[in-house]
Amino acid sequence: MTSAVLSPALVSGVTRSFARKRRIAMAVPAMILAYLIYAAVSFDIAGLMQRARFDNAAILLSDFWSHKTHVTRDNRSGALTVAIEGESKGTYPPGMLPDWVTVSGDVTTIDLGTGHVVTYDGAGARFVVPGYGTIDIRPVGGKPVLTAPEPIPGWISVAQNKVSVKTPAGRFSYSRSKVETFRYEPGWELWFFTLDSPLYGKSFAELAALAVSGNRIDAARSNLALMASEFWTNRMWRHGDVAWAIFETVLMAFLGTMTGALVALPLSFLAARNFMPLGPLRFAARRVFDFIRGVDGLIWTIILSRAFGPGPMTGAIAIAITDTGSFGKMFSEALENIDEKQIDGVRSTGANSLQRARFGVLPQITPVLLSQVLYYLESNTRSATVIGAIVGGGIGLLLTQAILTQKDWEEVAYYMVLIVLMVMAMDSLSGWLRRRLIKGDGA
Amino acid sequence: MVDIAFGPEPGKRPDPASASEVYLDMVRRKRMYGGILLVLFLALLASGWMLADQRNAGGFWNGLPQTPDFPAEVLSEAWANRANLPGLLWSYIPSLIETLNIAAVATLIGALMAAGLSLLATRGLARWPRLIPVFRRTMDALRAVPEIVIALVLIFVIGGGPVPAVIAIALHTGGALGKLFSEVAENADLKPVEGLSSVGATWGQKMWLGVIPQVAPNWVSYALLRLEINVRASAILGFVGEGGIGHDLKLAMQWGQGRYDEVVAIFLLLFLAIVAIDRVSDSYRHRLVKGTL
Repeated sequence: MTSAVLSPALVSGVTRSFARKRRIAMAVPAMILAYLIYAAVSFDIAGLMQRARFDNAAILLSDFWSHKTHVTRDNRSGALTVAIEGESKGTYPPGMLPDWVTVSGDVTTIDLGTGHVVTYDGAGARFVVPGYGTIDIRPVGGKPVLTAPEPIPGWISVAQNKVSVKTPAGRFSYSRSKVETFRYEPGWELWFFTLDSPLYGKSFAELAALAVSGNRIDAARSNLALMASEFWTNRMWRHGDVAWAIFETVLMAFLGTMTGALVALPLSFLAARNFMPLGPLRFAARRVFDFIRGVDGLIWTIILSRAFGPGPMTGAIAIAITDTGSFGKMFSEALENIDEKQIDGVRSTGANSLQRARFGVLPQITPVLLSQVLYYLESNTRSATVIGAIVGGGIGLLLTQAILTQKDWEEVAYYMVLIVLMVMAMDSLSGWLRRRLIKGDGA
Repeated sequence: MVDIAFGPEPGKRPDPASASEVYLDMVRRKRMYGGILLVLFLALLASGWMLADQRNAGGFWNGLPQTPDFPAEVLSEAWANRANLPGLLWSYIPSLIETLNIAAVATLIGALMAAGLSLLATRGLARWPRLIPVFRRTMDALRAVPEIVIALVLIFVIGGGPVPAVIAIALHTGGALGKLFSEVAENADLKPVEGLSSVGATWGQKMWLGVIPQVAPNWVSYALLRLEINVRASAILGFVGEGGIGHDLKLAMQWGQGRYDEVVAIFLLLFLAIVAIDRVSDSYRHRLVKGTL
């Protein structure tokens, strides 16, 4: 009925416009898909899947939540070492052994739990696997010779000079020079106290009792102070250094953001149309901001680390310079959007230009300014992690070093958790400050 | 009693009868608090700089005169070999394209992820309203993890190249854009959605036809802003990890003298690319928000 009222031209116009819109609605996803396919080809996704090392991922994941202890016997000298993660920092001192390792004479018995028992003795080594049998290895002419129930399963690998056994309870390998057993245990090793500490292996209840008791382990200081210092100077985890690194990262972000804002504020007046009537000067100020932003933090960081050397100050200056560009642009835009009436009111009382800026302009732009500065403070905490990796300071450096050694993945996990907590803390701090300072009760 | 409630010195208290005195007293107190805060803040800043200076390998005052040395050295060497520059610029174009591709793909994937997450996390639009906090916390967690952490771990697992950087930046973008997208979607008009529900549309249809057309300009504008950020992030990740022009820059820098013409070529390309992208996205965003597109 209604279509009779519509003119044919309008109907065809609407139909065409609908058809065009529908084509666009189809074309945009198609273009996105085409681009992603092009990217997948140019990034060589197919080759990547072949190169991917999923065994690395397994190592990484198991290190994230567990640790291993190496029980190693040197086959030439017969010397036995028990070391957590095989590190010298985690080596058990002479006379101290975990309770699952027993030594009598030259016989070492390692109880891996659930009936898995490894024995090193003068003749070689034996590994009892429940449900399978005994794996017996004896050196003959310097080479390990394996005797085990046939057929040999896939989890025992026999090479010319080495026999390795992989079980869920632990790993075992016998080579010409040494025999080694790895036992996996959940948790991060020696997180509180290292083996050389008098407090190692004590339960929380024992520690709590020690903290309140008067019997001092170390006569020079109280037990609580001893605990704090043993924890703080833990050589395996270096809690003290890590805390410093976190502080350095936050310091870089704070100094960089605030200094950038303080420098940009006066400069932004030069770039605002309503405060700088001189066209060429305004143009120059804007180009300076554009240049600083265009050069980008990466390049500033590189240039500055040549001049100032590695450390947190270099990172802070790099952040400050980069942010001066961004803040300059944003502040000058905020200045251009202010209400002139308030300035006129201040002017009518005979205020000079500095007073007009203080009482007419600043109160108007403070909320915008503060919210941007706080937002940048939070986002710079993240950038400071990356910049720290380049300039050599803060938690970013520790993280990249731990990753590059490709060994201490539990430390990587620890740093990652700390970084995420740090960023979240800064996020809520900046959110809280924003609410207090901008929407708050005007305090 | 009165003394306890109002303080021991009644004479110092402003007389409520004279309004101007009360007002001035309040202003003075406010200024004093503001001044104290400002002084504290400046003291914090100054001591922070002093501390950072101490922890740095080279001091500030030693470093300051040296700042122009490195750029001067680089530029003078590049100037001596300026005949190479056009060729070098041309030879680094593929790396630059890789860096830009990393940023673009990551922004695209991140924005798609953010679109889904934000609709699921917006009150009034969510498919499962009870799960809103879950999706919000997911976005917070994605935002909190710095790109470099994910990138370096992924390099260990799947090897070098652009893909770890793409995944790292995309995850972070998903979290960061998700928050902004959700703020936009909260302000969307619900009438089209109600209209679509009345004709029996599914959730997907309601979102695609009722919400997306409303929020698209703002979403695209935020995504473009993110693209600018991601181009920089992609260059930095290349420098720290692998892939793109950042990696070439690291190699040229490690070589040092003799390859400074390459450093200059890379700086120039990076600078021009960043400025060009900022410019294009700036004007496009302007048009999007003003609604002339």
